[in-house]
Amino acid sequence: MTQDPKTSLTMNRRFLLGASAAGVSLAFAGRTAAQATSAAKMVVIIARGAMDGLSVTVPYGDPNYVALRGPLAIASAGQANGALALNEGFGLHPALAGLHALHGQGQLRFAPAVAIPVRVRSHFDAQDVLENGGEGLRQQTDGWLNRALAAGGARTYTGLSIGPQTPLILRGEAPTSSWAPGGVVEGGDRIASLLQDLYVEDPLLGVNLARGLETEGMAMAAGDGTQVRRNDVSGLGQAIARLMTGPSGANMVALSVDGWDTHARQLGQLQARLTGLDQVVSGLRTGLGDDWDDTVVIIATEFGRTARINGTQGTDHGTGSSLLLAGGALKPGGMIGDWPTLADNRLFEGRDLTPSLDVRSVFKGVLRDHMGIDAAALDTRVFPGSGVEAPATSGLV
Amino acid sequence: MLANGQNLNAAIALTRFGLGAGPEEIATLGDPRGWLESQVRETGAPNPPGAFPGSSERMEAFLAYRADAAQGRQNSRPDGAPALNREAAPGMNRPPTSDMTATSPEPGRPDPDRPTSEEAQAAFDARRDSRRELVQGVAQEFLGRTAWGATTDAGFAERWALFWANSFTVSATKFQSAVFAGQYEREAVRPHVFGRFEDLAVAAEQHPAMLLYLDQAQSVGPGSQAGQRRSAGLNENLAREIMELHTVGVDGGYTQGDVTEFARALTGWSVPLGGGQGQAGLQNTAMGAGGGRRGQGRYSRAQAALRGEAGENGFVFRPIVHEPGARTVLGKTYSEGGLAQGELILRDLANHPATARRLARKIAVHFVADDPPRALVDRLESAWTRSSGDLAVVARTLIAAPEAWTPQAAKIKTPYEFIVSTHRALGTTPQRPQPLQQALIGMGQPAFSAPSPEGWPETADDWAGPDALVKRLNYAKTVGDLARASDPNAVAEGALGERLSERTRLAVARAESRPEAITLLLMSPEFQRR
Repeated sequence: MTQDPKTSLTMNRRFLLGASAAGVSLAFAGRTAAQATSAAKMVVIIARGAMDGLSVTVPYGDPNYVALRGPLAIASAGQANGALALNEGFGLHPALAGLHALHGQGQLRFAPAVAIPVRVRSHFDAQDVLENGGEGLRQQTDGWLNRALAAGGARTYTGLSIGPQTPLILRGEAPTSSWAPGGVVEGGDRIASLLQDLYVEDPLLGVNLARGLETEGMAMAAGDGTQVRRNDVSGLGQAIARLMTGPSGANMVALSVDGWDTHARQLGQLQARLTGLDQVVSGLRTGLGDDWDDTVVIIATEFGRTARINGTQGTDHGTGSSLLLAGGALKPGGMIGDWPTLADNRLFEGRDLTPSLDVRSVFKGVLRDHMGIDAAALDTRVFPGSGVEAPATSGLV
Repeated sequence: MLANGQNLNAAIALTRFGLGAGPEEIATLGDPRGWLESQVRETGAPNPPGAFPGSSERMEAFLAYRADAAQGRQNSRPDGAPALNREAAPGMNRPPTSDMTATSPEPGRPDPDRPTSEEAQAAFDARRDSRRELVQGVAQEFLGRTAWGATTDAGFAERWALFWANSFTVSATKFQSAVFAGQYEREAVRPHVFGRFEDLAVAAEQHPAMLLYLDQAQSVGPGSQAGQRRSAGLNENLAREIMELHTVGVDGGYTQGDVTEFARALTGWSVPLGGGQGQAGLQNTAMGAGGGRRGQGRYSRAQAALRGEAGENGFVFRPIVHEPGARTVLGKTYSEGGLAQGELILRDLANHPATARRLARKIAVHFVADDPPRALVDRLESAWTRSSGDLAVVARTLIAAPEAWTPQAAKIKTPYEFIVSTHRALGTTPQRPQPLQQALIGMGQPAFSAPSPEGWPETADDWAGPDALVKRLNYAKTVGDLARASDPNAVAEGALGERLSERTRLAVARAESRPEAITLLLMSPEFQRR
């Protein structure tokens, strides 16, 4: 990819070369892959509805940004209500103060222009691809995080999804559990065992109810910390953290955060959404305590939004967006991947941020270097046919 | 006493095509197929009984609230943030209509609108009360619909209507569309579910609930009179979702260019303006209502538009924001025709072969199996095509299809279906919105609040996850504890007839208490499935 000379002065384009030229590398701090044990933890937060990357990792150093975004542009770092400075002309949205503090401690990395491997603008198709880890549409019926659980080999990882429905990313053969605030049934209940007798010929109900009760039991044992009040997103983060700690704590967690489809009046909506997102991560950090040092949190979305503002103070479905990594297991560093710039002739189909990196590269980097999943298994089983997209390695974890 | 096969077919008709069986229904249903066919009526699916306001009346209340709210914000917010931001942003992952019953701002969250001066307090209280009134209206609509599901003797018509409402989802995750959620189903969906699909599509897309939900109401043609005067423009949300979710589907062969063209054609499809905006809008509309229309009476027509009288159910076409010119969608060119232009494109999309194929499958998935038999899908598709999308013909084809009557119950009930069928089995009706909503939130299907324009999902994977089953068990235990049924064995027989397995029959008979027996029945595979 060549560079727009106009932006080269302000935007320091960067490739973080890994073993393969396409990749960005995430070797994890003070630890090699071989040392990864079942203490390693990861949380995948899916921002559903197409999170606007240009407002999350604000490219205020790009000369075209303000012109494209008009009143939706976030001010440069240092200005009133401006972005929180990262590196190389980027800054975080001002609502992401907690994540910015992590950046100060070398515990945040950002990829400003990622995308799934398929170019679609349907939320549903794109979320499917983001979650099933396929090369194209409808190639997998299970999720990549579930397949990663199965590929853990000798490491016995456990998976947990948050919410009443198991998201696609964690569906599949490997057993997982799920939890949402608000349960009252106790696991050892007589009725639970009577029901298992009724479910002998209905394994779906039998297996899932058993798992649900098991997790509920864990949550109850963890005490009042799981009584999460409505809208207490920080409390939600802490409650999830409790289900990740201790001997049977979950290693791979999937959480969905909705409401990013900002077609109209984007400024206010994003302020609320990003504040909540920031609090979830802060809650996780607080709740995980020392385990935070073994944790990587991934925040990803199905696609980005149009580079230009639309007619209703919002943005429409686009292509490239940003991805954030946070966690004590990260190595200090800056941007992951390349900044394609917002120059007119660089926009995808003349309207969207052009992606410079496949999201699977980042997922693979975390799975290989942090979770210790075998590289060959990543290329063939977890992300089939993804060999050409090298893990985003070198310096992540 | 019915013959054995007859009893099984009655159980299937009531539980799979309908919303569940009440105590005597299976035993007394003489002609299952005839019973289903009798519900396919030109007039559509019956409305839930009860006096609810129509959209036009509701629009007045909504506009009044909105004007108050905008006024209040101007008074109390120094940043000049646009009104309605908070309404457009329900809490993260919070089931948004959970404030259907809320009476105060959420705990632990400072309310940016709370006034500091005493004279503003009264205005603040008034706004809060009118918002609460709107929200409670939605809760009552939902309660009324659930009660209707629990008591109607036309369960198939009800399920068919709910299917189409979900296919054209309007979600209460947005306050503006939440306000009209009940009106939407009664005015736009139910009257058309046994008519032509294209008419259903036009009614759904032109309803204020949809226009507000998918941002169409504010979309402005850049080349329109209004668009040239101020910085406003297209919003392609509705155009895209019509193509992707309501008609031809994502594989329907359209391009980004088609979406944009359709969005241009749809500009002008809107709702009445309110408050200060309304005054400006009134001027604009008055000046813009030219075209082929008579000049006389423009102003009064514009006033009528403001009051929501210009179109059916509060729909307003505003020529002043309509993008002029011919449009090309899916290779066909549509000459300029104002309102008719977008409508023609919509009708063509509704009659597209890809729409027939996609919705035939969707019907089969909803009624029969997550992975439905090919023969059934083909049958429905050919009925659709043959009848040019006559939904009565399609419904009769489903009823006549042998694949729909297999004894194996493949579908997991959605939480709403589970709750409604529980009421039917026990012969009860829901009395209050709040416990109903709490149960639905726990099981993952809060009232009127599908997570996205795609609507509620349809498969077992979506509804029978570990936590969801724990929440179903919680609900079943609560119901079991409260159930007054004297004989749980009779409840089991009544609810399932020949679908009741020997294993479940024994478990219910041997339960150590009535609550335990009811809980086991409600959680049994044959009650969870249909």
